[in-house]
Amino acid sequence: MSATRTLVLAWSALMCLLFATVGASFVLTGPWSIVTSLAIALAKAALIFWFFMHLREEAGLVRLVAIGAGAWLLILILLSMTDYATRPALGGMTN
Amino acid sequence: MAEPGFVREPFREIRQQHEADMLGMYIFLATEIMLFGGLFAAIFVVRVLHPIEVVEASRRLHYFIGAINTGILLSSSLAVALAVQAARAALARRAALFLVAAAALGVAFLGLKALEYSKEYDEGLLPVFSDPGRFSGPVEHLFMNLYLISTGLHAIHVTIGVLLLGGLALRLTGGALRLPDRVIVVEACGLYWHLVDVIWVFLYPVLYLAR
Repeated sequence: MSATRTLVLAWSALMCLLFATVGASFVLTGPWSIVTSLAIALAKAALIFWFFMHLREEAGLVRLVAIGAGAWLLILILLSMTDYATRPALGGMTN
Repeated sequence: MAEPGFVREPFREIRQQHEADMLGMYIFLATEIMLFGGLFAAIFVVRVLHPIEVVEASRRLHYFIGAINTGILLSSSLAVALAVQAARAALARRAALFLVAAAALGVAFLGLKALEYSKEYDEGLLPVFSDPGRFSGPVEHLFMNLYLISTGLHAIHVTIGVLLLGGLALRLTGGALRLPDRVIVVEACGLYWHLVDVIWVFLYPVLYLAR
């Protein structure tokens, strides 16, 4: 498969995912809406990193740095959420 | 991947030099991810604390303009990826054309964003500029503050990206950037543009599609 074809296919997949995320927003609400839209966004980001940002061609070290950035972000968000998600249960500030 | 070009000090082989270049750029991009990550964490916290109000505020945004802008950025990323491919094949003119196309799409994105901000100003939804009394409540005001800061910071990044891509196209057509020796410059600018695209890919559902 030619390199151009690969890139155009990746773009087509990205556009399909864009339609999917807009479509899902009409159907889903609440937690399912967040989970679905974030899952689609993660899939889009993975396609962009893999095909457009050359991770497909790079060795392990560069891939590790890319994953590392995501991992630190996950720590930031998850640890913040443990605080806010448990406050009401502890009888503290709920609002 | 290995590519043609000269090995510069302190590197011994082209593959090692390329990996170091990519690594430096990826670490810079990681700092950008953390910069926007703080804003995303704040948006998630507001949504967890006030789920109903956030969904109401999100419904008032122009999700259709946001969707078109997402498509524009995804397409501009394709153009940049094709430009890198052309640059690797030492096709300077072709690479410059793709870069100009990507920059033009970036300008279109900024134009639509400006149109959207002006619509929100008319609707009394734009913090700083609109009358605070027109917000439905403090949560909507807070949500729109986060909206303006995150999309504004993103728009600044798009502006920088447009200037980078435009400058790169000029240097390529003027022969100031020799290919394929200096292809890493095109690749690094491309990485920056793609990351700005990735950030929008997350901003769009989190802000516009909260349901």
